Amino acid sequence: MDMWRNKRLRVLLWLILGMPLAGAWGQAPNSCLDCHSVLDAPLQVTPEQFSRDVHSQKGLDCASCHGGDPKKTDMEAMAKGAGFRGKIQRSQIPGLCGHCHSDGAYMRQFNPSLRTDQLSQYVTSVHGKLLAKGDVKVAVCTDCHGVHDLRAPRNAQSKVYPLNIAQTCARCHANAAYMKGHAIPTDQFAKYSASVHHEALAVRGDLSAPTCTTCHGNHGAAPPGVGSVQNVCSTCHVFQDQMFEKSTHKAAFQAASLPGCIVCHSNHDISHPTDAKLGTGPQSVCSQCHTPGDDCDQATKEMLSGLTRLNGAIQEADRILGVAESSGMEVSEARLEEDQAHDSLTKARVTIHSFRKDLVEQDIEAGLKIAAKNVQAGKDALKERDYRRMGLGFSLVAIAAVVLGLWLYIRKTEQTA
Amino acid sequence: MRALARVRDWLDERLDWAALIAPLRHKTVPIHRLSYWYFLGGITLFLFLIQVGTGILLLLYYRASANEAFESVQYIMTRVQFGWLIRSIHSWSANLMIFTAFAHMFSVLFLRAYRKPRELTWISGMLLLFLTLGFGFSGYLLPWNTLAFFATKVGTEITGQVPVIGKWLMVFLRGGEEVTGATLTRFFGFHVAVLPGIVTLLIAVHLALVQRFGISVPPGVEAEWKASPGAARQMKFFPGFFLRELMAWYIALGVLGALAAILPWELGTKADPFAPAPAGIRPEWYFMFMFQTLKKIPARIWFVDGELLGILAFGAAGLVWLLLPFFDNLGRGRGRRMILGAGIFALAYMAVMTVYGYVAK
Repeated sequence: MDMWRNKRLRVLLWLILGMPLAGAWGQAPNSCLDCHSVLDAPLQVTPEQFSRDVHSQKGLDCASCHGGDPKKTDMEAMAKGAGFRGKIQRSQIPGLCGHCHSDGAYMRQFNPSLRTDQLSQYVTSVHGKLLAKGDVKVAVCTDCHGVHDLRAPRNAQSKVYPLNIAQTCARCHANAAYMKGHAIPTDQFAKYSASVHHEALAVRGDLSAPTCTTCHGNHGAAPPGVGSVQNVCSTCHVFQDQMFEKSTHKAAFQAASLPGCIVCHSNHDISHPTDAKLGTGPQSVCSQCHTPGDDCDQATKEMLSGLTRLNGAIQEADRILGVAESSGMEVSEARLEEDQAHDSLTKARVTIHSFRKDLVEQDIEAGLKIAAKNVQAGKDALKERDYRRMGLGFSLVAIAAVVLGLWLYIRKTEQTA
Repeated sequence: MRALARVRDWLDERLDWAALIAPLRHKTVPIHRLSYWYFLGGITLFLFLIQVGTGILLLLYYRASANEAFESVQYIMTRVQFGWLIRSIHSWSANLMIFTAFAHMFSVLFLRAYRKPRELTWISGMLLLFLTLGFGFSGYLLPWNTLAFFATKVGTEITGQVPVIGKWLMVFLRGGEEVTGATLTRFFGFHVAVLPGIVTLLIAVHLALVQRFGISVPPGVEAEWKASPGAARQMKFFPGFFLRELMAWYIALGVLGALAAILPWELGTKADPFAPAPAGIRPEWYFMFMFQTLKKIPARIWFVDGELLGILAFGAAGLVWLLLPFFDNLGRGRGRRMILGAGIFALAYMAVMTVYGYVAK
């Protein structure tokens, strides 16, 4: 048994017995895999594993990265003369990958739309800068993309598939022991997992929802600077950005070097915003800076009151339309308009980012008008329902009278007969 | 009044009106403890007449195209004066008509009114029942709402399973490979032209046969009357039975009005052929027992496809049911007992599978 545990002996036996047999079966010789498939981790690479690798599928082989000659059936395969490089040092990995991936002409033959700026971005990233300073603990290409069974990013099993990115980053960034010596927190993944963005991505399956790389970049990963937070958020939240641009907060935040959106919404643990964030309640974010009773405090109170009024009016319309529907009344047109009232509420909530009472009031008034119309539609439907039931009552009395009359007539004629 | 009498005399002189209505004047209806079952056929006829009347009114506004059908029904329900009432009565009456047609069929079966010489009356009635189901199936799609669209898709898919002609039948019904606007146009054509024409003709035949052979007396009552001839009682169709039938029609009208006013027939949402089928797609209640059977039947029974076997079984059962009177004289009362057993089994099976279809997830 000890004999089989001897790694060198296993490789030797494979060279003597296995390889000639493989050749006899007509397989393309790859002496690297022949040996590495029987080695233990981390040296083990099986043919199945490598066949799943996107590079292998595009016709590249071990020698493309490691040099040497896999066609040689003995230790000649790893001869220095054949350009064998052996294990690639971590510090050399970005350069090695970039050798092909930065070559536009070379990459075009595999995928003409694939970007070729990964290496140039990487050297500007925090990872790349630290690696240049000799910190080999930082992420290099293979840490995020994998190695030997590397999948294309659109493959759901890829480590950089949108649903897997946060986990991939967390492997280092949520590991306090590994991150020791780097002055950044390690709770980002835990916070992100509780955020509205994570819910959209992982629970609702919206692959366009933000993950780590959406805000930090991928190859050029770095925290957004104070001045660029608003720009990062505005890539998705366009209208909120436009409103914030119109607000007095824009200049005030810049003057105080406050990082835009995240002052009120936080960064990794962004929760679903509620109207309670406005005003002076315990969940208010305004009170972080504003003192109770100041001009701005009054304005937010009025804006909050407007949102509450509109929300209440929509709910009342919804209730009365629900009653009409459960009575069998056809109110689908009002239901359609109800969506417009909801849109006005959403728009008002977006307009809050301008912190201008007049603009918010416009949206609220528009929504209130639609909600009032819907309440009236519901009331009309209920009135119509009562009218129908009254008509039914009269009809049933008339029908009962006819039936009674017929019965009396039949009795009379049959008694006479 | 004198003018009316003159018109009557004028018609009588030319058409011999008195001779024409003489059979009706002499027509009688047996009176016994089970006579109330005789009203079911008349109520079904009344509901059919309601269908014709409300159907014609709906035609004034309905548009049979995939782009306009739903909106036109919505318009009828919300904008047209009493449109909601007409449409709701049409839908409720359709369902009640299918119910009373089934009840009429089972009452005839259990009272053994199909016996010689009324075999043809039974066959014409069964054909009318099948055509009534065809009315239900074709009319269900016409509002072009989500439930109707997917139920029709499933229903026509089932016809596609029929051996040899299944595929052709499915394409014929759908007007192509898929349920589209072409299917709606076809179903509209069947519903307002083909089926009413055939059904009107068959009703005429059915009523003529009822008139020709008279109304059947159940064998038990017949035996009692034979034992004591004095117990036998008859009622004149005019006016005695006719006025009672009229009372039943008025009551049916009241029930229809109440259902339409208290539970107006809902419209649902417009069909989107590109949307995924919503969960819990079900046919109308009168197809539920067949649907549930086909749903629960094993995928393969021996070496035969389960669903195909189910369809063949229902087809065979329908054919046997159509020819039921011819089995009555088998053996010494064996055929009669078999028909009674089959009737009880069919009624129980339909009831249980229908309830199961509604309560099963």
